[in-house]
Amino acid sequence: MSTLEIRDLHVTVEADGGTKEILTGVNLTVHAGETHALMGPNGSGKSTLAYAVAGHPKYTVSSGSITLDGQDVLEMGVDERAQAGLFLAMQHPVEVPGVSMSNFLRTSATAIRGEAPKLRLWLKEMKGAMERLAIDPSFAQRNVNEGFSGGERKRSEILQLELLAPKMAILDETDSGLDVDALRVVSEGINRVRESGQTGVLLITHFTRILRYVQPDHVHVFVDGRIAAAGGPELADQIESEGYAAYLPAAATA
Amino acid sequence: MSAIEEREVSLTPASDLLPRSTSRDLAQFPLPNGREEVWRFTPLTAFARVLADEATVAPLSWTATMPEGVSLEEVPVGDPALADLPYPVDRPAALAQAHARHALRLSVPAEAELAEPVVVRLTGNGDLAHGQLVVELGAHARATVVLQHEGVADYVEHTSVLVGDGAALELVHVQTWQDAAVHAGQVAIRLGRDARIRSTQVSLGGAAIRLVETVEYAGPGGDAELIGVYFADAGQHIEHRLFVDHAVPSCRSNVLYKGALQGESAHTVWVGDVLIRAAATGTDTYELNRNLVLTEGARADSVPNLEIETGQIEGAGHASATGRFDDEQLFYLMSRGVPQDVARRLVVRGFFADVIERIGVPSVEAQLLAAVDAELGEIDPTYDFTDLDALEAGLEAIGAGAGEHRA
Repeated sequence: MSTLEIRDLHVTVEADGGTKEILTGVNLTVHAGETHALMGPNGSGKSTLAYAVAGHPKYTVSSGSITLDGQDVLEMGVDERAQAGLFLAMQHPVEVPGVSMSNFLRTSATAIRGEAPKLRLWLKEMKGAMERLAIDPSFAQRNVNEGFSGGERKRSEILQLELLAPKMAILDETDSGLDVDALRVVSEGINRVRESGQTGVLLITHFTRILRYVQPDHVHVFVDGRIAAAGGPELADQIESEGYAAYLPAAATA
Repeated sequence: MSAIEEREVSLTPASDLLPRSTSRDLAQFPLPNGREEVWRFTPLTAFARVLADEATVAPLSWTATMPEGVSLEEVPVGDPALADLPYPVDRPAALAQAHARHALRLSVPAEAELAEPVVVRLTGNGDLAHGQLVVELGAHARATVVLQHEGVADYVEHTSVLVGDGAALELVHVQTWQDAAVHAGQVAIRLGRDARIRSTQVSLGGAAIRLVETVEYAGPGGDAELIGVYFADAGQHIEHRLFVDHAVPSCRSNVLYKGALQGESAHTVWVGDVLIRAAATGTDTYELNRNLVLTEGARADSVPNLEIETGQIEGAGHASATGRFDDEQLFYLMSRGVPQDVARRLVVRGFFADVIERIGVPSVEAQLLAAVDAELGEIDPTYDFTDLDALEAGLEAIGAGAGEHRA
């Protein structure tokens, strides 16, 4: 059983006005098989947490620790983190010119699994996963994210989640910009990964809508770079009706 | 500051860029000063030796592998067989015609169909060399010809490619020079009635390369497919210029050039001039240039230039784009477990795949893939997929299956 442990994590970025602290002491533990929802207003630092775990060079960890099954994630390169079992479904995945999805997915699977999947099995696996996510077959020959609609990008991220079967998956606003049908398809994909019991999921979202399809075990409210409150699914219901006002100290009452 | 400089607009009409020269007189091509439209991208100091009016010091050596039925011979300057060659369009081409000690003439007789490619290896001997080559296919002949440049030289070239009526030529012009080589010149293609050429330029090695490829049509029905692959490293200058002169009706030209750049001051130039004259009704032309900038500090210039003097054409178009392989793309691929060197190779191989497939000479395709790989360094064999074709075929099968499923 895998465990992701984040301890007193402080993260800074270089901004115009100098160094700015975005994460101000995050503590979070996710076990495989659990689903945690991380909810918070825009600008609270949710995505920064996701990218810091994945190792994006823009974010500097000034103190604290991240471990996966006791291994120091901060010592690993970006590719090594993925190989160790971390996965980040991005909100705005970039276009990569010249690289077809089929070649990208197979190279990625090779990196994660440590050996190239057998061609016949791989084609079958890809075909099945694409059909379940209602992805058009022509998609495999297109370049990575090039000309993809918002919905196609999200499906593509979840396709990768299913094919790579990580130990820990961080899904950064995977629900944003999706219509109801697409949200349902994407949620089903996430639930298939959850059902394996082998993957821990950290679902980052601004809205509670996706939580009707992907039911969390734990809900965390993220404000000002740290977790301000934690509870069960009922906490999401409370945010649904009351919003984040109660967690925004000055602005809400001023 | 952006790593990319790109120019998509040229203010000079194609007809003015390469004036029709009507003599081989060197005096009509004075030493450029760099302000001329056709020289403004070129680092003249790097090309000083090949622009100088000096005699050949060390001619290129050549060896050839040839199938039956082909003749390859050194023809003396002044031989009547050389009288009607295309005129030079710039100073290096004129210098090559003026100073070459003889012409190397490859001749494929009418109606001969060669089963194997002709491969001519031209090797530099470390000094100034002028070369005049003639590749001539008789009517309805079919041949594949590879001209490969190796070693070190300051090489000045004029190559005439004469494709007879109804003949078809696959020409591959490869620059795999060693690092210090400089190469400038012209490949002048003349197509007979209903003649076809697929001409591929491959520029990988050398310090500085500047090649002009010209196409003229001697009769209707001519078809020119012009392909280019280039890869510039730090400090390297690679310049490819095309001038397709549609002066007769019902001819076609299709241009696809792709270049990658990596390293400080790597510089590539692609200029594609297509002129459709008033008489050239029914012309069909398209040109495309794509560049991929892999690192900071490299610069790709790209100038498509189409001038149309008649409305009665089948089609005419061009496109040019320069993309960057940037840190966000690298992060994305690495976040899926792909190591950095593999990510870079994935991008470059994918970028070149379609153009390499179009060359149509398997031995050259394999050599080119290997050369592109060599530009990128060693790779972990785990990722060295050899069955990409099978993958593509399998994917098409998936597409067909899903199509039936939906129907």
